[in-house]
Amino acid sequence: MNTLFDKIWDKHVVQTIKDGPTQLYIDRLYCHEVTSPQAFAGMRERGLKCFRSDKIYCMPDHNTPTHDQDKPVDDPISRKQLDTLDKNCDDFGLKEFKMNTKDNGIIHVVGPEKGLSLPGMTIVCGDSHTSTHGAMGAVAFGIGTSEVEMVMASQCILQQKPKSMRININGKLSPNVVAKDVALYLMSKLTTSGATGYFVEYSGHVVRDMSMEGRLTLCNLSIEMGARGGFVAPDEKTFEYIKGREYAPKGEEWDKALAYWKTLKSGDDAIFDKELNFNASDIAPRITYGTNPGMGIAIDKTIPTLDTIDEKEQASFMKSLEYMGFAPGEKLLGHSIDYVFLGACTNGRIEDFRAFANIVKGKKKADNVTAWLVPGSWLVDEQIREEGIDKIVEAAGFEIRQPGCSACLAMNDDKIPAGKYSVSTSNRNFEGRQGPGSRTILASPLVAAAAAITGKITDPRTL
Amino acid sequence: MKQKFNVITSTCIPLPLENVDTDQIIPARFLKATDKEGFGDNLFRDWRYNKDGSIKKDFVLNDSRYSGVILVAGKNFGSGSSREHAAWAIAGYGFRVVISSFFADIHKNNELNNFVLPVVVSEGFLQELFDSISEDNKMEVKVDLPNQVVTNLKTRKSERFEINGYKKHCLMNGLDDVDFLVENRDKVESWENANK
Repeated sequence: MNTLFDKIWDKHVVQTIKDGPTQLYIDRLYCHEVTSPQAFAGMRERGLKCFRSDKIYCMPDHNTPTHDQDKPVDDPISRKQLDTLDKNCDDFGLKEFKMNTKDNGIIHVVGPEKGLSLPGMTIVCGDSHTSTHGAMGAVAFGIGTSEVEMVMASQCILQQKPKSMRININGKLSPNVVAKDVALYLMSKLTTSGATGYFVEYSGHVVRDMSMEGRLTLCNLSIEMGARGGFVAPDEKTFEYIKGREYAPKGEEWDKALAYWKTLKSGDDAIFDKELNFNASDIAPRITYGTNPGMGIAIDKTIPTLDTIDEKEQASFMKSLEYMGFAPGEKLLGHSIDYVFLGACTNGRIEDFRAFANIVKGKKKADNVTAWLVPGSWLVDEQIREEGIDKIVEAAGFEIRQPGCSACLAMNDDKIPAGKYSVSTSNRNFEGRQGPGSRTILASPLVAAAAAITGKITDPRTL
Repeated sequence: MKQKFNVITSTCIPLPLENVDTDQIIPARFLKATDKEGFGDNLFRDWRYNKDGSIKKDFVLNDSRYSGVILVAGKNFGSGSSREHAAWAIAGYGFRVVISSFFADIHKNNELNNFVLPVVVSEGFLQELFDSISEDNKMEVKVDLPNQVVTNLKTRKSERFEINGYKKHCLMNGLDDVDFLVENRDKVESWENANK
């Protein structure tokens, strides 16, 4: 015991139901347009108002187009869902960061940027990638729509306390190996269910050395190992990131908050239900070859052969390869690709655009590639322009689109056509994830940039 | 969807695939609705239908040999996206129970919150279920929630399954967490006052 997770969780327990779950207090509820309408409808049916409307922040992101955001949204069904969020926020008196304003973007990018996600908080959203906010030292996790309604109605949810896991990654990452590679590596080791039932604390030199953007990427992908969430104990880097942000505590409040945040770490004697150790030197740039994020390899290695796969899993493995158009034992370096997507709550931050620009600078986009470069927020877009990244990528033949979730799950117009290959910095490669029949290869912004330049799967270390 | 739960005996629909993610259960393009209705029609949409809307004959939901209100699925069912639409689709199609050896966390909660019972069985019990169904597609399984026992009526083998007492009570009585939490708002206020 005495883990940071215990400290934050236990502090938020309102009551423990006999032979049942814990009633947990929630500091922050984020809502987007896709998983909230039925929760609002439920509140209306019950005749309820939001219990703590000042702790709820809403933002359209999944359906937002990546062009002409100042014009009406073409797709009438998307438009209806976006309008429904506007109306619900008005009716229930909730703060909404509206589309086509400087405050908008992807909720998991904007929350930390605005200083709304803070150390020690409990944060939930009807979205599995809520785990992202764990980078700020918060206990943050995704919930279903019924649970969104619970939080609206009572600022609480009912949850079984997860077990705790610590993942230590020690040593120093090699050049061209970034947070995304670390996450893809962990998933391939743990599989997509390896951390189910656990809440993960990331620790070790690699995590301490990681920028806040890197930690956001790492925590974002916790759900891809099945974990309820993942987080990093806050440190000076965290405090520096938060200080001065729009909603961050100021003045005396800041001093008080900081004093508390500095106590947020696992004790030296902390006991975790499970503890795993990894070495940075084992991690290379990575890609996925299958249809779940755990099906990944180092970029220069081959897809596993059938005899290395557990007999019970062979049917799923072969179904997956068939969908992707790959064969067991195949090497993917040099395989031609069609699309590149830089963005999403995984890799839509300024550091990702810097990394992409660094690689494409002075080179030209491959003719066979369609590239979608989508910032995670308008603030990221502003940074891109301030730093001249837009000029660098434009000179290489790319354009920066307008912020939103975009081709990560293709609820807007940005869909990868059936059968086409996309090297994507997003979080999921499930069948049809980026559009029906689309084939997604998950990778870091560096691998995506290398592919965008060469038109094929390329090791960024060789450019 | 608030159907009270007690004992259910039914034939089963087998889906012996591992890591079935919620993007397969209900693809993202069907998440644009603002109510909970109609999701059952698009359950497993891309496995069930071709692009032109014709049915894929080899998918199990289109196979007339199989029917019933129990879905038997491979390990790690419901991974990926937190979308409750997946649970609405399963419930909307008419499933009352999903049996697997392992469920993803959020999806499991979503099923429970929609009065679909996720039953976790051992790998061995699951494999035997798949074997029994393939030998006799009309074989039945009995799911006894009050006693927390699931029985393969072909082999007569039973296994106990876990569910916390509170959730069991909710399922058996058609009760809802929101009502419970609203009734407990005074406790929330006390917590807030103590943690200012």
